[in-house]
Amino acid sequence: MEEPETYTGALERALHISGSEIGGECRVASERARRIRRFLPWAVLLPAALSGCGLIDAPQSMLNPAGPVAQDQLGLIDSSIWVMTLVFVVVAGALLVILLRFRWRGQTELPPQWEGSTRLELLWTIVPFILLALLAVGTVRDSFVLAAPEGKNVLKVNVVGHQYWWSFSYPGTNIVTANELHIPVGQKVELVLTSADVIHAFWIPRLGGKTALVPGRTNIMWIEADQPGTYKGQCAEFCGTGHADMRLLVVAEPPAKFAQWEQQMEHPVVQPTSALAQQGEKYFASEQCSSCHTIGGTSFVGVVGPNLTNLAQRQMIAGNLLPNDAQDLAAWLKDPQAVKPGSLMPNLHLSPDKIKALVAFLQSLKTPAPSGSV
Amino acid sequence: MATHSERVWHGGGQVVVTGDEEPRGLWSWLTTVDHKRIGQMYMGAGLFFFLLAGIEAFLMRLQLAQPDAHVVSAALFNQLFTMHGVTMVFLAGMPLLIGFINLVVPIQIGARDVAFPRLNALSLWLFIGGGLMLYTSWFFGGAPDAGWFNYVPISAGEFSPGPGVDFYDIGLQISGIGTLMTGINFLTTIINLRAPGMSWLRLPMFVWATFVTSLLIVFAFPPLTVNLFLQTFDRLFGAHFFTVSAGGSPLLWANLFWVFGHPEVYILIMPAFGIISEVVPVMSRRPLFGYTTMVLSVMAIGFLSFMVWVHHMFDLGYGPWVNSIFALSSMLIAVPTGVKIFNWLTTMWGGQVRMNTAMHWVFGFLITFVVGGMSGVMLALAPADLQFNNSYFVVAHFHYVLIGGTLFAIFAGMYYWFPKYTGRFLNERLGKWQFWLVFIGFNVTFFPMHFLGLMGMPRRIYTYAPHLGLTLWNSISTDGVYILTAGMIIGAINVLWSYGHGELAAADPWDGRTLEWAIPSPPPAYNFEYIPLVRGLDAFWVEKRYGNGRMLPAPEEHHGPPGTIHMPSPTAMPLFLALSIIVAGYGLILHSLVLDIIGFGFVAVGIYRSMFTVDHGYFVRPHHIEGVRADG
Repeated sequence: MEEPETYTGALERALHISGSEIGGECRVASERARRIRRFLPWAVLLPAALSGCGLIDAPQSMLNPAGPVAQDQLGLIDSSIWVMTLVFVVVAGALLVILLRFRWRGQTELPPQWEGSTRLELLWTIVPFILLALLAVGTVRDSFVLAAPEGKNVLKVNVVGHQYWWSFSYPGTNIVTANELHIPVGQKVELVLTSADVIHAFWIPRLGGKTALVPGRTNIMWIEADQPGTYKGQCAEFCGTGHADMRLLVVAEPPAKFAQWEQQMEHPVVQPTSALAQQGEKYFASEQCSSCHTIGGTSFVGVVGPNLTNLAQRQMIAGNLLPNDAQDLAAWLKDPQAVKPGSLMPNLHLSPDKIKALVAFLQSLKTPAPSGSV
Repeated sequence: MATHSERVWHGGGQVVVTGDEEPRGLWSWLTTVDHKRIGQMYMGAGLFFFLLAGIEAFLMRLQLAQPDAHVVSAALFNQLFTMHGVTMVFLAGMPLLIGFINLVVPIQIGARDVAFPRLNALSLWLFIGGGLMLYTSWFFGGAPDAGWFNYVPISAGEFSPGPGVDFYDIGLQISGIGTLMTGINFLTTIINLRAPGMSWLRLPMFVWATFVTSLLIVFAFPPLTVNLFLQTFDRLFGAHFFTVSAGGSPLLWANLFWVFGHPEVYILIMPAFGIISEVVPVMSRRPLFGYTTMVLSVMAIGFLSFMVWVHHMFDLGYGPWVNSIFALSSMLIAVPTGVKIFNWLTTMWGGQVRMNTAMHWVFGFLITFVVGGMSGVMLALAPADLQFNNSYFVVAHFHYVLIGGTLFAIFAGMYYWFPKYTGRFLNERLGKWQFWLVFIGFNVTFFPMHFLGLMGMPRRIYTYAPHLGLTLWNSISTDGVYILTAGMIIGAINVLWSYGHGELAAADPWDGRTLEWAIPSPPPAYNFEYIPLVRGLDAFWVEKRYGNGRMLPAPEEHHGPPGTIHMPSPTAMPLFLALSIIVAGYGLILHSLVLDIIGFGFVAVGIYRSMFTVDHGYFVRPHHIEGVRADG
C-alpha cells in the first residue's frame, strides 16, 4: 500500500465516504480519490488515510460490519465522525489564525478590550445544539431498534458467561455447546445473557456492539449475520486473570448447513475407533475429567466446565485461545495455567501416555453428517 | 527565631511575633497550616504519585508493544492498570488540582488563609497517608486488581480473596475523607472569606471553577464513601450488599460508583478550565470574553454532571428508554463545554497573544481537549457506545481529556504560577522542549488507541493475538511513550533546577489581572499586608488601569490591631489524627484488633483534644510594607 491512490482508497473506506459496500481488499478509486483529495482537509484525515486498510481488515473491526446491527451502529459512528471533524476543523482553524494574526509583537497599547457579545455567544450555544439534535435523532431511534429483535422468525440462544469461557444453549433443543456459537445466516438471533460468576460482556464487533452478562440478571441483545463466515470477538468486561484469553467465535452458516449442525448436536455419536481413543475415553472417567465436563452421547455429565459435545468439530479450544489440534490439546491438558493464566481447569498432572490417549479420544468427538445432507 | 518559642499553642494568651521570617525545617512543614505550604505539598505528593503511575503505564505499554508478550504476567498486568487508574484519578490528578486550589484561591479572593486551616492540613495528610497506604498493598500480597471502578463481583471476596481490594476500599476511603473536607473547606472559604468588594460576579474564573468543583466534591464523594463502606462490610464482616445469592446486587455498586464517578471526572476537568480561563486573558492582554456566560457554563456543566452516570453503563442492559435519556443528557454537556472553548478562542482572537510556554500548553490543551470532547460526544451516542464501550476507543478518549485536558492545563498553570510561589521562573527553553516532546509523544501514544478501539481491541487485556491486526498500532503507541517520557523528564529537571536557580521573578511578571499578582513573589505567610478593597472584576488590573497600580486597603473594620496580622498557629494535631486513622485502617485490613484499638483510640483522643482546644493564633508584625520583593 505505497501508492497515494491506495491511501486515498483506504481513506475513503475508513470514513465511508462512498455508499459502496465495505470490506475485502482496498481498491484503487482514482476518480473519486481525486475528488476527495480536493475537498478534504488532509491534516485531519491523514492518520485515518494511512491506516485505512489495517482498520477495516482487522478481524474484529467494527468498521467492517457483517450484519444489520453493526451496520446501524456504524452509520451512527460515521455521521458523528463527520460532525466532530467539522467542529475540530473550526477550532483548529481558529487557533491557526490566532497564531498567525494575533500574536503580541511588542505593542505597548492594549488590544480592544472586548468583554463579550450576546449575539456570538448565542451563536455557539445554538449551533452545537442543532448539530447534537441531528445526532440525537439517530441515537434514540437506534436505541429502540437495537433493544430487541422484531418479528417471529427469531432464533433464541441462552448465553452464560463463565471465568473464562462461554456456554451456549438452544432452548427447545438439548443442544449445549461452548465458546463457538453457531447461527444461521440471514436470521435474527436473540441472545439471552447471564453470568455464572462475575460480569462479562459479549462482543462480536462485526456483528454488533456489546452487552454485559450480569450475575442475577438477564440481558438481551440480538445479532444477525448477512454472510456465512467466522466472526471473532472477545469478552469486553474485565473479568479476572484470564479476561484477555476469554475469546469468542461465531460461526454463521447457511440455514441448511446450520440445520445439519443442529442435527449433529441433537444426536451426537461417540465412537472412538482406535484403541488409543478408547483408552482415552476410560481415562476421561478415571481421571475425573467427567466430573466437570459433559459429552453428548456418553454418560459424562459434569456441568462445571464447558460442554465438549462434538469437540473435534470445533475450530478452537481453551476459550478459543488455541487451535484445535493434537499438539495444542496436549499442551492444554498438560498444564492449563501455563497456556492460559488464571484458567480454572485444574492441572491434573497427567502422564504423557494418558494425555496422548485423551487427545485421541477428544479428537474422535465428531458426529458424521446425516445421509442426504448438504 | 527566638520569638517563635513564645507562641501559645492553646489557652488564652496572645503573643505578638515581631518579624515575618517564616519558620524552616521539616517540623515546620509537618505542622504547617499555611495554605501555600499545603498547596506545595499537594503538588509535590501529586507529582510523586504521578511518577509511580507513569512507571506503571510504561510497564503496561512494554507488555502491549507486541502480541503474546511476556514482559509482565497477566496477574501483575491487572494490578498495574488498576493502580495506574486509581493513582492518576485519586493520587495525582486531584491532588495536583487541589494543590493549585490551595495555592491560588485564598489569595485570589483576598484572604489570608482558608476558612479551616487545620482541617486543610488534615485533608493533606489523609490524602498522602491513604495514597501511601494503598501502595503498601504491594508488600501485603498484591495490589488491588479489579480495575479502578472495581466492579463487583470481580472485587468481592469470593473472586478476589487477597487483601488488595481491602487496600482499595480503606485507602480510598481515607484519602476520600480528606478530599471531602477539602470541598467543604473551600466552599466555606469562598462564601465567607472574600475581601470587601469581591462580589460573586467579580470572582476570578479559577475561583468559580473551584466553587463548582467543591460543590461536586461535596455531593459526589458521599456515594463513593457509602459504596466503599458497603464493600468493606461485605469483605471484612460478611455482609451481602453485593452478593447475588444473598439478594444483593452487583449493579448497586456500579450505579453508586458512577453516580460518584462521573462528577469525579468533572472534578478533574473543572479546575483545569479555571486555569485556562486565568492564563488566556493575561497572555492575550484582554479580559475574558463572556465572563457571565463562562460562570453559567461551569454551573451548567456541574449540574449536568450528576445526570449522566448511566452513560458508563449503556451495555449493562437498562433498556432503550434509560439509555436514550442518559444519551441525550450526556450530549447536552457538550453545549456549555463548547461555549467555554469558543469564549477562550474569542478572548485570544483580536488580542495580543504571548506564545510563552504557558500559552503553548494552553494551545496543546485546546487541541487535545477538543479531540477528547468530540470522542466524548461519540461515546454518548448510546447505540454506537455499545461498540466503543470498554474498547481502546474509550482509553483514547479519557486520556485525551485527562492528559490532554487536565494535565496540559496543570502544566500551563505550573509555568504561569511557578514564579509567584517560588519567586523564580521555570526555564522557558526547557519548557518548550518539554511541551513539544510531551505533545508529540502524547499524540503518538494515544491517537492510535482510537484505531485500536475501532479494530475491536478491548481495554484491560494483558495481551492480544497476533492475527488480530493490532500489532502495528500497539507498537507505534509504545514508541510514543518514549517521546512522552523524555518530555516528562525534561519537565522534572526544569522544576527541580528552576526551584533553586531559575531567573528571579518580580511580583507581577505577566502583567496579571488578579490579586495574587498584587503581592510579593513568593508571598509572605500572611499573603496581604492589609486586606484589599476590590473595586471590579480583575481587581488588580482595575487598579493598574484606573488606580495608582496598588490595591487600596479595605475599611478599618476588616483589620486586626493596627500594624499586626492575625495568623493561625501551626499544629501537629492533623498529622497525628491522620496517622491514627491510617493505623486503624491497617488494623481493619490485617484483621488486627490491637491496631484497631490503638488507631481508633488515638482518633478519639485526637478528636476530643481538637474539639476542646481553643487556638487563639498569633500575630505577625511585618518588617516591610512593600508590594514587591526587594530583589524583584
